[in-house]
Amino acid sequence: MSQSSSIKSWFNTGKPWVWLNAGAVSISLVMVVGLVLLIAVRGLSHFWPADIMELTYQEPGQPAETLIGERIDHETVPAARLALSGVQLPEGQEFAQRTLLKVGNRDYFGLDFRWINDPWISDIRYPEGIMAIERREWGNFYGYLVNVKQEGEVVASGDGAYQEFMQRLERSNELMRQIKTLEKDDIGQINHGLEEIRLEKRRLQMDDVPEGTLPYQELEEQKQQLNDRYATLREELSDLYQAMNRDQIMVRMSDGREVEIPLAKIVHVYKPNGMGISEKFGQYFHHVWEFVSGEPREANTEGGIFPAIFGTVMMVIIMSILVTPFGVIAAVYLKEYAKQGPVVRLIRIAVNNLAGVPSIVYGVFGLGFFVYFIGGSIDEIFFQAKLPSPTFGSPGLLWASLTLAILTVPVVIVATEEGLSRIPRAIREGSLALGATKAETLWRTVLPMAAPAMMTGLILAVARAAGEVAPLMMVGVVKLAPALAVDNIAPYLHLDRQFMHLGFHIYDVGFQSPNVEAARPLVYATAFLLVLIIVVLNLAAIGIRNRLRETYKATES
Amino acid sequence: MQEQTVDDQTVLPAPDSTIAKRRRAWRETKDKVAKYGVGFGGISVILAIVLIFFYLLYVVLPLFQGASLETRTIYQTEQTGSQFLTLNEYNDVALSVNDNGTARFFEAENGATMLNVELPVNAEAITATAAGAAVTGVFAYGMADGSALVFNQDYKITYPTGTQRKIIPRIEYPLGEALVKVDPQGQPLELLSVQSYDDKTTFAAVTADQRVVLKSVIRESSFLDPSEFTLKEKAAEISLTGAARVTHLQLDIEQRELYFVDDKGFIYFYDVQNVESPRLVQKVKAVPTGVSITSLEFLTGGISVLVGRSDGQIDQWFPVRDKDNNYFLHNVRSFDDQNAAIVSIAVEQARKGFLALDSTGKLGIYHTTAQRTLLVEPQLESADAVMSLSPRANGLISLTADGQAKLIHIDNEHPDISWHSLWEKVWYESRSEPEHIWQSSSASSDFEPKFSLTPLTFGTIKAAFYAMLVAVPLAIMGAIFTAYFMSPKMRSIVKPTIEIMEALPTVILGFLAVLWLAPIVEDNLPGVFTILFMLPLMIILTAWAWTKLPRRWREAIPDGWEAAILIPVVIVVGIVSMSLSSSIELWLFDGNMPQFLNDIGIDFDQRNSLVVGLVMGFAVIPTIFSITEDAIFGVPKHLTIGSLALGATPWQTMTRVVLLTASPGIFSAVMIGLGRAVGETMIVLMATGNTPIMDFNIFEGFRALSANIAVEMPEAEVNSSHYRVLFLAALVLFMATFVLNTAAEVVRQRLRKKYSSL
Repeated sequence: MSQSSSIKSWFNTGKPWVWLNAGAVSISLVMVVGLVLLIAVRGLSHFWPADIMELTYQEPGQPAETLIGERIDHETVPAARLALSGVQLPEGQEFAQRTLLKVGNRDYFGLDFRWINDPWISDIRYPEGIMAIERREWGNFYGYLVNVKQEGEVVASGDGAYQEFMQRLERSNELMRQIKTLEKDDIGQINHGLEEIRLEKRRLQMDDVPEGTLPYQELEEQKQQLNDRYATLREELSDLYQAMNRDQIMVRMSDGREVEIPLAKIVHVYKPNGMGISEKFGQYFHHVWEFVSGEPREANTEGGIFPAIFGTVMMVIIMSILVTPFGVIAAVYLKEYAKQGPVVRLIRIAVNNLAGVPSIVYGVFGLGFFVYFIGGSIDEIFFQAKLPSPTFGSPGLLWASLTLAILTVPVVIVATEEGLSRIPRAIREGSLALGATKAETLWRTVLPMAAPAMMTGLILAVARAAGEVAPLMMVGVVKLAPALAVDNIAPYLHLDRQFMHLGFHIYDVGFQSPNVEAARPLVYATAFLLVLIIVVLNLAAIGIRNRLRETYKATES
Repeated sequence: MQEQTVDDQTVLPAPDSTIAKRRRAWRETKDKVAKYGVGFGGISVILAIVLIFFYLLYVVLPLFQGASLETRTIYQTEQTGSQFLTLNEYNDVALSVNDNGTARFFEAENGATMLNVELPVNAEAITATAAGAAVTGVFAYGMADGSALVFNQDYKITYPTGTQRKIIPRIEYPLGEALVKVDPQGQPLELLSVQSYDDKTTFAAVTADQRVVLKSVIRESSFLDPSEFTLKEKAAEISLTGAARVTHLQLDIEQRELYFVDDKGFIYFYDVQNVESPRLVQKVKAVPTGVSITSLEFLTGGISVLVGRSDGQIDQWFPVRDKDNNYFLHNVRSFDDQNAAIVSIAVEQARKGFLALDSTGKLGIYHTTAQRTLLVEPQLESADAVMSLSPRANGLISLTADGQAKLIHIDNEHPDISWHSLWEKVWYESRSEPEHIWQSSSASSDFEPKFSLTPLTFGTIKAAFYAMLVAVPLAIMGAIFTAYFMSPKMRSIVKPTIEIMEALPTVILGFLAVLWLAPIVEDNLPGVFTILFMLPLMIILTAWAWTKLPRRWREAIPDGWEAAILIPVVIVVGIVSMSLSSSIELWLFDGNMPQFLNDIGIDFDQRNSLVVGLVMGFAVIPTIFSITEDAIFGVPKHLTIGSLALGATPWQTMTRVVLLTASPGIFSAVMIGLGRAVGETMIVLMATGNTPIMDFNIFEGFRALSANIAVEMPEAEVNSSHYRVLFLAALVLFMATFVLNTAAEVVRQRLRKKYSSL
């Protein structure tokens, strides 16, 4: 009796409800922190050179087989679910343990991931000789080195083979780099030149210059020169290719088959089982660096994300250049010049609300207005020769930046206005009393004091722009851009080009990739990078805002 | 610095010297320039923002414009006795098939003959003329001896000088120049219908002695020489015992259905898929007594028939499948904007629209799916005219019996969209009932686009609903605790942490929802529900246990840190529920809950509303939390202190004083959160199956407006109806969020005023 009445009185104090509210905070906190930790752990562990296990696996009624691979996941599943995939457990056993093994060698095994059931595993070992080979195609390869060949002849086998292999790999990678520069820079320039000549010809035709006259001949000459240069380069290139294709290695897979891999197909090799902790860290940072600075391979599921980082940064920079002056001018107008009344109040509400308009709406607007309307008009006027293939009339970097500038301009306006209203009246009045004009007061005293607020606005705008994907899908982002927006061909900055973006990269690889299992770690890593950028930017904005408040508290007192 | 000021003073000129004056003037100019410059810049930025709304509107508005007609030319020709007309794609060449056995191609602009073909028939013996579906350009003459000749138009287009188009018309004979015997008894053919498509040609005819005869001819080309062929014929006769006089007769383009009507107003619907044994599916009285059927035409695609009546009404009929898989004709919709007998109907070739001419010479433009009458105008002076639409439906040519030709340009870009087709249930062809469907494109060209925004809006609302179900309690309760009960030190950590969540890119949340959460939820469905149930229970139990702890322990942790104490509880409950999930599943749901749900009739998708609700709820929490927290924290302190001083417990103060005062702020927080949930794109795009279904089942997906735009916009053809409808969807989103946000903002400003007056 007393027990129940004490519970009743406890409920009457309202304490349980307070605790329940506290629980809501705890749940939210666990969710936020858990989410960030999840991304961080999964993203960062992707680069760790995990040990590769070799094990004997025997399914009942099947001959035993040897498997080599990385342990990716482990889970407990109810028997009913396993039965669906055709595995029969002994009667009475309701749960089973199983392990996800990344066995690699997709070109030989078909699948590079495999669920294996724990009871049928025996004899797990970690031999030091197992190599993890990162290839340009078909994902990772796991196996033992048998020998190294040069044009089919064995040049090294046994203990020294690995050493020899590493030296030759370095050479082939160096050759690969040379080929890349040749193809991208030199041949790219020639192609650009040829395209220019074609356009020039088209322009001549449009100006009704008769065929066969001097300008045409000059163009023909230039074209000939370019073609000659191309021929020499072509030869040089084929020599390089021949040199690169010189070496091969023989490797033994888990099932005992020996296969040949040309060195030209190999990016990187390591033997994780033999590594000490410091070597592993070295390998780890090597992977991180490759991820941040490398080009994507295999439909973006392997390799690096440099073009996506570059595209994001370019877009954000162009957007900042556009959004800062306009946002600040609009804020100064609203706060300092416009007559404060119902109209300005209405405008302020409208601007505030625009920050809440769905980003996809801005994307639709950007596509219709910027790309098709303005871009189409620009093409009509300035790029007549290139039509019907569009220059600015198709989605591109400039339009993406403009769209995001419109999307983020309310953020800058609101932040700047807030900064302006925090500046004590006394400062403004003091300046005016000393005879300064309004413009001078603004320029010399008010704006410098409001600079941190503008900075806050800009940082928040950048953080929002960096994470926005939906509008970009319409106005310029692609999954694989053939070229960066900046290169060595005049005018060096190509605002009409499409670009890659971190957020879209996550969407594309995580959502539309054919081999999601293989792509997953990379998506986590990309997501972690994006979260990191955005959290750091936001913390910076919060920091600046807090410091700003302190400063004004000091001036007011 | 100081030195400089002194320096300046030494050079400062006298106030009324010319230098000083000039300098003042210069400064004033600068001030003015700044004023107008900033004013101009500010206003143009604001205008640019307003432009979004107006641009969306500008793209959307043409959808709702009616049609307009513009007469290009009127001229007199010698042509009389024209039975059928056609107009080519570029509105420049027309064909007239005449009752004297000739087919004349002429220039549509001036009537000049381009080619006059004498068809290989005896002109005297022609008793009937027929035209197949407009897309095929097929015609036939029925003869007095019961035979028929089928022929079709063909255009060869060349560009001899580069850009100049040259059109060479000609006549072809799909079955050769020999006549086909349609009536084995050799009676004159009074009425004829023909279709020829894909090597198969079918005739249906009414003979002079009122029999309906059918004839189907399949052309089999020889392998070696395609121009050589053999004909395989099949025939049948439909006896019309007791029927009145047949007035109209139509075959569909696939040659599977035959419709005819009699002068008593009955429609006969025959299945002639197997030509040799035609089957009467239905005979139905289509018009009230006193009204007769004056024209009969297939809508493009060959599924619906349009029935023009003597009272000016036009009915659309098509067969509808009932539960037992039997087809029955239904009068699906009617148009009654014309008042005189409909004498002729011209159908569009690519859309489900048509033109109707009545006996007073009035022309009506209609669209069936949208149930729209776009225009009714007296355009043709005479009712005794033949007319034809061009394939792009932007040109109309007509020829009156006395030889007056008229070429009309039609501006009718978007007849297929109306309020009805966007928001209400529409009875689409081949569907068994009116439905809301979004299906914007398909491979076939005579497809009926289904632009119903209702399932998409429903999807958006469904997503927002489940997201709010997760977010509102968590965010508001969390805000109450953070603003009012939490220790300031913890608050300074908690608030920014939760607020930073708002900046998390939603693409990351979407990706986690798909690749991480959705499989977990599917595998541990019972666990998810256990968490929902166990968490509040365990929190209360923990609180109770806390009161039972020795005082010494309790005092080690001051008030306001309850949330920190509960963190391990939340984690443990989560882990325990998840690990118990499999056992519960085995115990209650035969080891597989999704399968179990499917078995009891609840569809389960891996990408479902539960996942979206959880993840989008997570995305909305910070928005609601932050604004609610501000509103509660801003409640003037003297109110709460007063309440406490009068003996109320903190919780009573909270519910009776603080929440009441802050309720407008909480309302506006929920509105803004809702706005965010409505407009969110990436999460709904990734974490749902994007199937436009209308079902509130939490275990199924949906297709939201925003996701739909993201998926279809890049593929939509510029300025097509589809493109504009997507803009309309964007406008709807814009308006919805704008209204929600404005309401929230107005409420918030009022609240601010209230606080400052308290």
